[in-house]
Parts: sequence; structure tokens; C-alpha cells
Amino acid sequence: MTILLLLIPAALAIGGFGLAAFFWALRNGQFDDPDGSAARILIEDDE
Amino acid sequence: MTALRKPAPAFERTVLVVPSIHCAGCMSKIERGLGARLGVASARVNLSARTVAVEHDASLDAHDLVRALAELGYEAQARRDELAPRLSAARPLLAPLAVAGFAAMNVMLLSVSVWSGAEGSTRDMFHWISAGIGVPAIAFAGRPFFKSAWQAVRHGRTNMDVPISLGVLIATGLSLYETVRHGEHAWFDGALMLLTFLLVGRVLDAMMRDRARTGVDALLSQAAQGAMVVGTDAKLAWIEAPKLAPGMVMRVAAGERLAADGEIVTGASRFDQSLLTGESAPMPLHTGDQALAGTLNLDAPIDVRVSHAGHDTTLAEIARLMEASTQSRSRYVRIADRAARLYAPAVHSLAALTVIGWLLSGASLYQALVTGVAVLIITCPCALGLAVPVAQVVASGSLMRAGIMVKDGSALERLASVDRALLDKTGTLTMGKPLPDPVTLLTLSADEATVAFALASHSRHPLSRALAASLAKRDIAAVPLSDVAERAGEGVFARWHGLEVSLSRPQGGGETMAAALAIEGRPVRLIPFSDRLRPDAVTALAQLRQLGVECSILSGDRPTAVVEIALAIGLTAQANARPAEKQALVARLRASGRKVLMVGDGLNDGPALAAADASMAPGSASDVGLQAADLVFVQDSLLALPRAIRAARRTMAVVRQNFALAIGYNLLAVPLAIAGLVTPLVAAVAMSASSLIVVGNSLRLARAAK
Repeated sequence: MTILLLLIPAALAIGGFGLAAFFWALRNGQFDDPDGSAARILIEDDE
Repeated sequence: MTALRKPAPAFERTVLVVPSIHCAGCMSKIERGLGARLGVASARVNLSARTVAVEHDASLDAHDLVRALAELGYEAQARRDELAPRLSAARPLLAPLAVAGFAAMNVMLLSVSVWSGAEGSTRDMFHWISAGIGVPAIAFAGRPFFKSAWQAVRHGRTNMDVPISLGVLIATGLSLYETVRHGEHAWFDGALMLLTFLLVGRVLDAMMRDRARTGVDALLSQAAQGAMVVGTDAKLAWIEAPKLAPGMVMRVAAGERLAADGEIVTGASRFDQSLLTGESAPMPLHTGDQALAGTLNLDAPIDVRVSHAGHDTTLAEIARLMEASTQSRSRYVRIADRAARLYAPAVHSLAALTVIGWLLSGASLYQALVTGVAVLIITCPCALGLAVPVAQVVASGSLMRAGIMVKDGSALERLASVDRALLDKTGTLTMGKPLPDPVTLLTLSADEATVAFALASHSRHPLSRALAASLAKRDIAAVPLSDVAERAGEGVFARWHGLEVSLSRPQGGGETMAAALAIEGRPVRLIPFSDRLRPDAVTALAQLRQLGVECSILSGDRPTAVVEIALAIGLTAQANARPAEKQALVARLRASGRKVLMVGDGLNDGPALAAADASMAPGSASDVGLQAADLVFVQDSLLALPRAIRAARRTMAVVRQNFALAIGYNLLAVPLAIAGLVTPLVAAVAMSASSLIVVGNSLRLARAAK
């Protein structure tokens, strides 16, 4: 059962990392313009 | 863009609304075009909101930027503070959903270990970790429900959120108590899973509502933001719309919209009033005539003495009508809330009776409470919360593939009950643009057709473009012409093999729209133009009748034009209806108990669209029509109407089945809960199973629009 002492914190840390990444994206305006982000990949930056 | 500018270090930020942005091409054109301007530090397009945020120095103002955008080919307006975009409904729910999902997964993992036989101190540790994750997560993710439930309770009402909040809070409290006492069961997983499922439903619902934009905002941005005013010393000065006052004289260039109502002092021009009246033909106005705010000056510069400005204009009046109508519609009670009104009291009394029952039969207070909570949790309307949004999202996805966009979830509920339809004429029953008479086109010889095609393709006049588009379908090539000249107001003139050819306004004019095709040495051919019925209009109306929807025409156009269409499709009609009259008719029909569907496209239909039980607009509609309508159909065919109504009725049938399934599940599970046989495992399995069944049943709607 000692393996739990390692696994539970590891699982929580990985999950928590994902959650933190999502919050970071939310705060940094990644969800401000979903349509625009989809269209932007079509713009060529050749200049 | 005239004065010399010194670069200033401090940047200002201006947000402009540009309704016509729709693709990546527009985005790069605007961002590069504006970015290349002197004084502009950066420009960033937001495609979802149709806005451009510009960082610029103090030498530029919003008016300069609007003009710069006009040079790029985009009509724009500075966003006024009072029209700042309302917040998205889905955004604030995303963080709670993420937290609830994360916590539910982790706690569920720990619960599985407990169910599979963890004992003693291991179980205690799992429960404590669950509590450590679960309590803060529930406090955060449950806030949308707690807030809404508290609002309802404080006003002496109840809604779906009251049983949810009670169930979640009591379950959490009791689980904490159990954890402290080294108990056997904790309910953190159930509470978190419930919140996750419900938040998924809410987010889906909110995302649909986000697509609906506010009609009134678009309406107000249609008026020009200001005008060049002729001062006493004959100098011109730019004055913003709110500062315009009666008595001022505005100089309006061709291609500009009027910023205020007024009387024409000098000049004569034609005006596009389609925004206000729905009438597509340009209206000639002369000195002494009244010109209205929001109309577009087409031909020549004119001076207009302001009579009404700001909130007194006809345009602002329509905006007010729409706002009032929208409020009356928001009183509609959605089916989920109507269900909750019956459901919540039943569940609460059941739980209370369970506690009392167990106490009377001699159980301890603790045991009675645990059983009561089990009843609350097992009856928590998880499947009920999904019953409506999932069905609506699946159905609207299906409609979208069929070219019908649903802007609001409750629109399908309202559309399903419709039994009366009012249809606008111009642009709704008809295509809303002049098209050449197909019979006349067939009688043109091959030479005439190719010459007409060549001439028409040299002009940007609406009639020429319609003619070119129709002839292009006949697979003919344009012949080469020489000496092509287009004279405004007359037509296109050219030479073909040495012969003079022209496509021009016919002599004498008259009521009907037509173009005259002249080839030297041959008789002049007259090509009549008229606004045509949409394809399948007659079939669509017959199908509507089969669905039990009575139709009639409600138009702002002249009676003669309306009668012609009414006879062609066999409907009764009302002509010459002003926006307020259209709205009043809708209100009268609703008061007499009819469920009214309004189909219209123009700004003049805006108030009626907003006032009706449900509303639809074609994709070619004005911005205001698009904003005010619940559903927008993008294909030419009117068959979209019966198709949308059938899909809405099918959706409501599935919603009712979902309710029956969810309640059926409760009828099975509640006796178990009352008998005290429900463990957290049973609750979790039962809850997931009922939710999955409801989702599965809703997926049958994927072909609802067929």
C-alpha cells in the first residue's frame, strides 16, 4: 500500500497541472475569439 | 487623413465594430491595411465579436479610423461605451466545469478503491483526500447553482437549482461528518459528478445562447456616427451624432448614411430606405422633402437641415420598439423550469417524509438523515438537467447542417407550438432583389444574349449584375467590346464589330423596372425586371398548412406590389404596415391566444420579429433582421420554414420522452432510497445510467431536419 503514497500525489499533480494550464488559457484570452483563432491559421505571413 | 502628424509616445485604444468581417481574408486585409497607416501601432481583429481593436497615437481619432476602414472596403463604427458587448453566458461556466470535472475524476478514482474493499485507516485516508479535493471544488463549481437557487428562494419561488443546491450541500455536509467519524460511506463523488453533469448541460445551453446577438446594438450602429455640419461661416466641421441638434445643416456625400432626420435644403438625390421600410427600390427625394436617419444617400451630395436628432429619430424609435418587444418575450418560461416547479416540491416533501418516517419507526436521527439525503441525491435532476439542452443542441446541429441556424435554445420550444405565421413580402417571400424575366431572356438570340452579357458584366449597377448572373448560367461567353463607357443614371454604352450597342434605362421609364438592350440596326429589346418569389414558396406554404400553421402576408410595401404576390400564392395580405403596426398585429394575435411565427428580413420587421413567439429570417436579411430572429435560414428555398417547424416539434417530442425516462428512473430508484438500500455506488451507477440513456435518446435527433 506504500505505493499509494507515491501514486496519489502523482495523479493529483498531473491532474492539477492540466487544471492550471486550463485556467492559464482562460485568463490569457485564449477563449476570447474562437472563430478568429480558427480562421487565423489561414492567413499567410509572407511579408 | 489630411493633417500632418507627429508621432506621439502615448497610445490610445479604440474598438471599432465592423459587421462585414467574415473570413481570414478580411482579417488579414484589415490588420495589414490599418497597421500600415501612419499613427497606428497595431490592429487586432476579433472575428467572434466582429470588432477591431486599434492601438493608435493621439493624432488619430475614431472618425479617421472609420474612414481608413471605408477605404479598405469595410463599413465600420466606433463602439460606443453604452453598447459594450454583453458578457458571454458560457465563459463564466467554463472554470466551474473544469474544476468539477477534475475533482469528480479524482474523487471517483478514490471511491472505486473504497468500493473495492479498502478498510480501516486506508479508507479514512481516501475519505480525507476526497474531502480535501471535494469540499473546495464543490464550493467553487456549485456557485452558479447556489446563487440562482438563493435568488429563487429569496423571492419565495423555487427552480431546478433549489433541489440541486440542497442535495449537494447536505450531501457534502454529511460526508464530512462521516469522514470525521470514520464512517463507511462518503458522498463527495456523487455530489461532484452531479455538478459536472449539470454544468455540461448548462454550458451547452449557454453556448447556444451566446450565438444570439442583441438586435438593438446592431440597430443603433446603423445610423451614421456623425455628420459634416455647415457652420455659419460656411466652414465644414465634423460633429458626432449625439451632439447634433435640430436646425444644424448637414452635408451628406453620396454613399454616406444620414445621422439624423431632416429636411433637404439643397440638392436632390436618391435614397436607399430599405433599412427603414423594406422597400428595395431607391426613393428619389428633392429640396423640401424629409430624409430619415439610417437611410443611405446614393447619388449626389445634399444639404439637410436637422429636424430630429439622437433619440428622436425614426431609427431610434424602432430601436425602442424592439427593446420593449424583447422584454415581453423574455417572460417566456422554459419547459425545464416549468418541470422544476412541479418536481422540486415533490422531491422535497418526499425527502422530508422519509426522514419523519424513519424517525417514527424508531431509527436514530443520524440514520434518518442519511436516508433522507440518499433520497435527495438519487432524485437530483441530473438526467432532467440534461433532458432539454442535449436534445436542443443535437437538433440545432442537425438544422445547421440543413442550412438553418438556431440562435437560441428556447427558440425550438417556442417554434414547436406555433400555429400562425406572418410573412413579410420583400426579401422573405420574394428574393428581395430584381431579377430579369426568364421568358424574355429565352427569346433573346445568341448574338443578343452574348452582347447583353458583355455589356452587363461591365457595370456594377444592380440590374446589370442580376442580368449578368442570370446569363452566366446559360453557358455563353462574353464577346469583346470596344469603347466601353458607363454613364451614371443612363447605362453602359460600347461598340461591337463597329455597331453601337447599349444597355440602358428605357425611354419613358414608368412603373416597371426594365433595361433596354439596343444593337444598332436591330429593334430595341426590353428586358423587364421584377422581384421573384423564392423557389418552392407554394409547396412550402402548403406544407405549413398541413402542419396546422395559418399563413398571411404582412408587408410595408405598396398595396399594388403586395396584391400581385398575394394572388400568386393564394394568401391574404396586409400592405403598407409600418414597423409599429406590424408589431401591434403580432401583439393582437398573441393576445387572442395564437402562437405567432414572424418571418421577415428588414429593419422594419425588427420589432415584429422581436415581439413574435418565434421568428425566422433569411440569410440575406439586414443585420437587424438577423439579430432579432431566433432562426436564420441560409438557402434560397422557403422549404426551410416547414422543415424547421417539423424539427422543432420532433425535438419537443424527444424532450418529453427524456422527461419521462428521467422520471421513470426516479420511480425505480426512489423506493430503494426510501428503504435505505442506496449506497453511494448504487447512486453513482444509477445517476450515470439515467444520464446516458437521456443523452442516447437525444442523439436520435441527429437527423431531425431531414
